Amino acid sequence: MKVTESIAADHGLKKEEFAKICKQLNRIPNFTELGIFSAMWNEHCSYKSSRKHLKKLHIKGKKVIQGPGENAGVIDIEDNDAIVFKIESHNHPSFIEPYQGAATGVGGIMRDVFTMGARPIANLNSIHFGSPQDKNTKNLLRGVVKGIGGYSNCIGVPTIAGQTSFDESYNGNILVNAMTLGLVNKNKIFYSKASGIDKPVIYVGSKTGRDGIHGASMASAIFDEKIEEKKPTVQVGDPFTEKLLLEACLELMADNSIISIQDMGAAGLTSSSIEMASKGKLGIELNLNKVPCREENMSPYEIMLSESQERMLIILEKGRENKAKKIFDKWNLDFAIIGKTTNSEKIELFFDNKSVANIPINLLAENAPIYDRKWKKTKLPQKIKIKKDDFKSLNLNDCLKKILKNPNISDKQWVWDQYDQTVMGDTIQKPGGDAGVVRVHGTNKAVAASVDSSASYCFAHPVTGGKQIVCESWRNLISVGAKPIAITNCLNFGNPEKEKNMGEFVECVEGITEASKYLDFPVVSGNVSFYNETKDKSIKPTPTIGGVGLIKEYKKMLSMDFKKEGNIVLILGKTEGHIDQSIFAKEILAEKKGPPPSINLFNEKNIGETVLKLIDQNLIDTCHDVSLGGILIAVSKMCIKGKKGIKINPIKGLINKFQYFFGEDQGRYVVELSKINIKKVKEILDKNSVHYDEFGTVDKAKIIFNNNINLSLDDLENENKAWLRKYMIN
Amino acid sequence: MKSSVIIFPGSNCDRDMDVALKKFGFKNQMVWHNDQSIPKSDLIVLPGGFSYGDYLRCGSIASKSKIIKSVIDFANSGGLVLGICNGFQILTETGLLSGILQQNKYLNFICKNVYVKVKDKKNKYFKNIKKDILELHIAHNEGNYFCSDDEKKSLEDNNQIAVTYCDEKGAETDENNPNGAVKNIAGIFNEKKNVLGMMPHPERMIDKYLSGEDGSLFFENLLGNIK
Repeated sequence: MKVTESIAADHGLKKEEFAKICKQLNRIPNFTELGIFSAMWNEHCSYKSSRKHLKKLHIKGKKVIQGPGENAGVIDIEDNDAIVFKIESHNHPSFIEPYQGAATGVGGIMRDVFTMGARPIANLNSIHFGSPQDKNTKNLLRGVVKGIGGYSNCIGVPTIAGQTSFDESYNGNILVNAMTLGLVNKNKIFYSKASGIDKPVIYVGSKTGRDGIHGASMASAIFDEKIEEKKPTVQVGDPFTEKLLLEACLELMADNSIISIQDMGAAGLTSSSIEMASKGKLGIELNLNKVPCREENMSPYEIMLSESQERMLIILEKGRENKAKKIFDKWNLDFAIIGKTTNSEKIELFFDNKSVANIPINLLAENAPIYDRKWKKTKLPQKIKIKKDDFKSLNLNDCLKKILKNPNISDKQWVWDQYDQTVMGDTIQKPGGDAGVVRVHGTNKAVAASVDSSASYCFAHPVTGGKQIVCESWRNLISVGAKPIAITNCLNFGNPEKEKNMGEFVECVEGITEASKYLDFPVVSGNVSFYNETKDKSIKPTPTIGGVGLIKEYKKMLSMDFKKEGNIVLILGKTEGHIDQSIFAKEILAEKKGPPPSINLFNEKNIGETVLKLIDQNLIDTCHDVSLGGILIAVSKMCIKGKKGIKINPIKGLINKFQYFFGEDQGRYVVELSKINIKKVKEILDKNSVHYDEFGTVDKAKIIFNNNINLSLDDLENENKAWLRKYMIN
Repeated sequence: MKSSVIIFPGSNCDRDMDVALKKFGFKNQMVWHNDQSIPKSDLIVLPGGFSYGDYLRCGSIASKSKIIKSVIDFANSGGLVLGICNGFQILTETGLLSGILQQNKYLNFICKNVYVKVKDKKNKYFKNIKKDILELHIAHNEGNYFCSDDEKKSLEDNNQIAVTYCDEKGAETDENNPNGAVKNIAGIFNEKKNVLGMMPHPERMIDKYLSGEDGSLFFENLLGNIK
C-alpha cells in the first residue's frame, strides 16, 4: 500500500507533520514506518504540546536519585533503601471499556516500577466520574473499581489510598490515574538506557496479539459518537501473567545479566525499542519473525503497534542468554532473542528476510515535533457576594448533614472494600485516612503516600489550584507523621489545541512548580493526558499529585480518629472563612463562582514543619488536615472514625459561624492532644508563630455546639456512609 | 517445628505466611509447585493468592499440580495441612475437604476485618486457644462456602465446622456473613481434623500495628499444640 497524506491523517498525523517525515526521510515512509511515526509522534508518547512547559518543573532535590525521564522516579529513603514511584493515566481506555481500561492501567504502572528492579509495595488510585445522575456513571464506577481490584488484588500488592470524585465535567471523559510505589536497593536500580554494541535484545512475557493496536494514538484524540468503534484499541490485561513476569524479572535482576530493561507500554515494541536505543545513542535491529505471536499472520505493522500487555524488552549481557531463559522457562513465560544493538543509530526491522523499516532513531525521538501552543491566562475571579440574609434561613445541623452526604465528601468504603489493602502484611494505615502507610519490610521505617486533586480550584484559577494540590499532598503526608520527600504528577487536561485548555495546563504547571520549589517537594515522575474532551466539552483541569513521605519510626505514625474523651482539640492555622469554591457554596448556596482559597506557602511550610515537631516529640495523639468541606467536615470524620463525639467551644471573634465551620481556607490541621501536653504544645506553637484556635474537647458519642449543633454519632455516620452504598445498590 | 509453604505460580500470600510462621517459631521452608516432594514437615501450608491465575475455577489447576500428590499423601497419613483463602479453595478442589467456594453473594471482592467464632477446640489448630471469638481479616472474591445437605449434616455431626462468621459477641447472623456462606462457615476440617481450610488470613494479623493481633493467638497456639 502506498502511503498518502490521507492515510497519514487517519493515523492522526497532521499535514505538516507528514511533510516533515517525508522531508527528513528523504522519501515517503512505507506503511509500517508510518505506523511507527504515528505511534512515536502522537501526544501521548512525544509530549509535543507539553514538553516546553514540563521543563519548568522543579525536579531536583537531595533525596532524588532519579527524576523524570525514566520508567519511574526514584528517591532515597536511607539505609540503601530507595522508593521507585510514578502515577499514570488510563483515562481514554477506561471510558471505552472500564474494567479492562482500569485493570491495564494498574498493570502498566506496576510494570514501570518493577522494570526498575523494585518490588511493588503499594498501589494508589485517583478516579473521577461524571455526575451521579449521568446514565453512565454507575456502570463506569463499578467497572473501574472492579478492574483496579481485579488486577492489583491478583498480583498481591495492597491498595492503600485513593480518591474518588464526581463532577459533571467528567460525564464524557472519566479519569483513571493509577500510582505504584516499589522498594529497591539503592545500588540495584535498573534503567532503560541501552549500552554496548551487538548485545542481544530479548523479548519476554506474554505473546503479542492484535489488541491495543493504536492505543496510544487513541489516547491522543478526542472522543466523538463513534466511540464504540474504538473498543479494539483497548488492551486486555492478564494479572496472572504479570505476577509471573514480576517474579521472573526480579529473579533475573538478582545478578548482573541485564544491561537495560524497558516495559512495553504505550506503543508497545515500537516505543520500548526506540526509547532504549535513543537513550543509549545506539541503533537497534529486530527480526520480527522471532517475536512470539498469539495470532497467525500478524504483519510487521501489527507486531510493532500491538499494545498487548505484560511484555518486557531486555538488553542482556552476551553469554547470559541461557541462564536468563531458564528463569523465564521456570515461570512459563515466552523468551525470545529478537535482535541486537547496533551502532547505526537507526531502527532496522526485518520480516521474512526483507527490510520492512529503516528509520534514524533521532527522527522518532529527539526530532519529534515540539509545539509552542497558544494559551490564555485565567484571571482571578471576583469574590462572590454573600448577603447576611443568605445565612439566616440556614441551620447548622441541616447543613452539616447535607454536606456529609455530598458525593465528594461521602465515605467511599464501597470502593475500598473491593481492594486488597493488607496483602504483604505491612499496611499500617489503610484507605480512608489522610495517607496510606506501609512499613518498609523488616525495618522500623514506613512510607506514606497520598493522591490528591482539586479540579474545582484548578478550574477557577489554575495557578492557585496547582499550588493547592501540592500543599494538600504535603499536608496529608504530614498528618500521618511522614516527612514529605517528593511527588509524581498526572496532568489530566482537555484539548491543548484550544487556548483555554492549554492555558489551564500551563498555569497549573506553574502553580505546581512554585509550591514544590518552596516546599522542597520535587517532581520525580509523571505523565500528561490531553484530549480529555468529548463533543467539544472538556474536563475541568485535573492535575493529580501523588506524594510520598518517610516515617522514620513507624510506631510514631498518627491516624485521624479521635482517641480519648476529655482530650483537647486544636485547629492549627488561621480560619478566615473563605467560602468561594467550597462544597458549602455549591451544595448550600448553589454558588459555583469565585476564587479558590489562596495559598500562603510560608505558612504552609511553617505549620507543616511545626506539626512534624509535635509528632516527633509525641505531644499529639491525632492529626488530620482540613480540606474539602472545612473544619466541621474534618472534625465529623474524626468523630466517625474514632467513634467519639466532640463538644465545640464558642467561636471567638466576629466571623460568621457558617464561614468558620465550612470555609476552606488552606494550611490548617486539626490536632488532638491530652491535657498534660497542652502547655508544651502551646509553647511550641507560639515559638513558631503558628496560629491556633482552642476548638473543643473530645466527648462521648455526640457532636455539640451550643444550641446550634446537636447530632449523634449515628446520625453523622448514617449521613456520611449511606450515600455511595445506596447509590450503587439501586 | 518444621513447616513448608507451597508456592504455586500466582500465590501471593506465601511470603506473608513465611514471615508469620517464622515469627512464632516454626522453621519454615518454601516449596515450589513443580518439586517432586516436600521436605519433612510437621505442617504444610497452602497460602492465599491466585494459583495459576484461578483459571477454570479457583484452586482447580493447583489441585492437579505436581506437588499436590505429596500434600494429599501427607494429609492422608495424618499430617497437618492448613489452607488459607486460595489454599482452602485448593483443598476443596482436591477433595480433602468437602464442599466448594463460590463467588461472594454480592459479587464483589471483599477486604475487611471480620469476627469468627471458634466452633471446635478438639483439634490441633484450636485446642487451648484463649479466645472463643477471633478478629481476623478476609480478602477474597470466592469465599461463599456451599455444600450439599448431606455434607452439611456430616460436617455438623462430626464437629467439622471450624470457624463461623459472627459479630463481636459471637452471634452468627446474616448481617455478619460477608459472603453468603452456608451456616456462616468461614473454615472447616476434614473428618480427622488434621486438615483445616479457612478463608480468613491469620498471617495478616500478627502485630498490633496491623489490622489486629488475633492471628498471633492462632499461630502461637498451633505451635504449642504441635510441640
